[in-house]
Amino acid sequence: MELKTKSLARSIWVFHFAAASCNNCDIEILDALTPKFDLERFGILLVGSIRHADVMLVTGAMSHKGAVRLKRLYEQASKPCLVIAVGCCACSMCIFQDSYNKAGPVDRFVPVNAYIPGCPPKPEAIIMGVVRLIKALKKA
Amino acid sequence: MIKILFDFIVFPGFLFTAFVGLLVSWIDRKVTARVQWRVGPPILQPLYDFVKLLGKETIVPQGGSKLTFLLSPLLGLTAVTIVSTILWLVMISPGKTFLGDLIVVIYLLTIPSISIILGGFASGNPLASLGASREMKMILAYELPFILAIFTPVIQAHGVIRLGDLLQYQWAKGISLGSWSGFIAFIVAIICMQAKLALVPFDIPEAETEIIAGPYIEYSGAPLAVYKLTRWMMLFVVPVFLVLTFMGGIIFEGWHILWGISKYVLLLVLIILMHNTNPRVRIDQAIKFFWGPMTILAVMAVIFAFLGI
Repeated sequence: MELKTKSLARSIWVFHFAAASCNNCDIEILDALTPKFDLERFGILLVGSIRHADVMLVTGAMSHKGAVRLKRLYEQASKPCLVIAVGCCACSMCIFQDSYNKAGPVDRFVPVNAYIPGCPPKPEAIIMGVVRLIKALKKA
Repeated sequence: MIKILFDFIVFPGFLFTAFVGLLVSWIDRKVTARVQWRVGPPILQPLYDFVKLLGKETIVPQGGSKLTFLLSPLLGLTAVTIVSTILWLVMISPGKTFLGDLIVVIYLLTIPSISIILGGFASGNPLASLGASREMKMILAYELPFILAIFTPVIQAHGVIRLGDLLQYQWAKGISLGSWSGFIAFIVAIICMQAKLALVPFDIPEAETEIIAGPYIEYSGAPLAVYKLTRWMMLFVVPVFLVLTFMGGIIFEGWHILWGISKYVLLLVLIILMHNTNPRVRIDQAIKFFWGPMTILAVMAVIFAFLGI
């Protein structure tokens, strides 16, 4: 069990789910993966298939149709799979909370392990969120 | 009996090949990172990835064939292990060769690709079957020039098909790479090796940006770990095969060991440079390339070898 958590904390493969966001958070996530910040130092890689993922990054204000897909993707992931909500929209809906075509924040549909607020959050903030998540993993 | 088991499981078989494979894949990632002006992952990174994947849940897709889906990764792993055992036993003592082991090795090197095809089709995912069909086309494309290129040193050594005899001929009469026919065949073999390892520019079957991960898309947990390990071991075994057939292998006495290892490192550097400086080609371009220029070059090499140039 110890070995399992330790290797999970050192090799996090990220799946990126963009749910109707304005793309700013997505751009900042890509920024965090560029050579300047170099997340591969910590074993963090971007993968294309949810079956390979350890962490699902969700950005954007969830629409009604997106919510169904989000739930299905979470069920398809091989557990343990953690969820990080990136940006204010994903965390709390922000200015979209009274919107008629939005379904609600991410934690209404899937369990969220870390919230990274900001509009958009800086790459440093995203990295800090991931680091805190890793620390929480190691404690648990 | 115990000696044979030891050969297959510990040295030069599974454990040794897996260990070096992990190391080599780290070198690949680290050099790629340095080329892109990054720091790169720590040395134990492939091991962390492997252990993590072993600890994760394995999901079998509903529409897939369960038995084939779970067994096909092991098929590739076994084939690579046997190839590595044959190659290293022959290099350590050339007397341990048997008739036709060159042909056995060529056959076994195709099996990892076949296991990827089987696994891709068994998963029942449309993108996976697209990737598997591309892998099939790639095998048809690169096998012909690859086998022709491998036959060039065999013709130079007057038709021996034992790896041990091939090695001893090269130790006595000079390596195959030293002649013009050997040089041409070596270039063809390097490019076919890139396709065999499914690296850029020939990573068409698993093109991450268009068909996600191709045949691997439905794999998770331990089977995915086995596939990854097979790929890392291939990165070690296929260049060693070329070192053996074209460059006179590794001689196990004194300083010759270092010289032999540097031959392998040279091939590894070539592979890494190629996959860092090239874009991915389309499948039709790849087939045209292998059946056109590469096959012509390989046939030229064979004719030169018959003429003794």
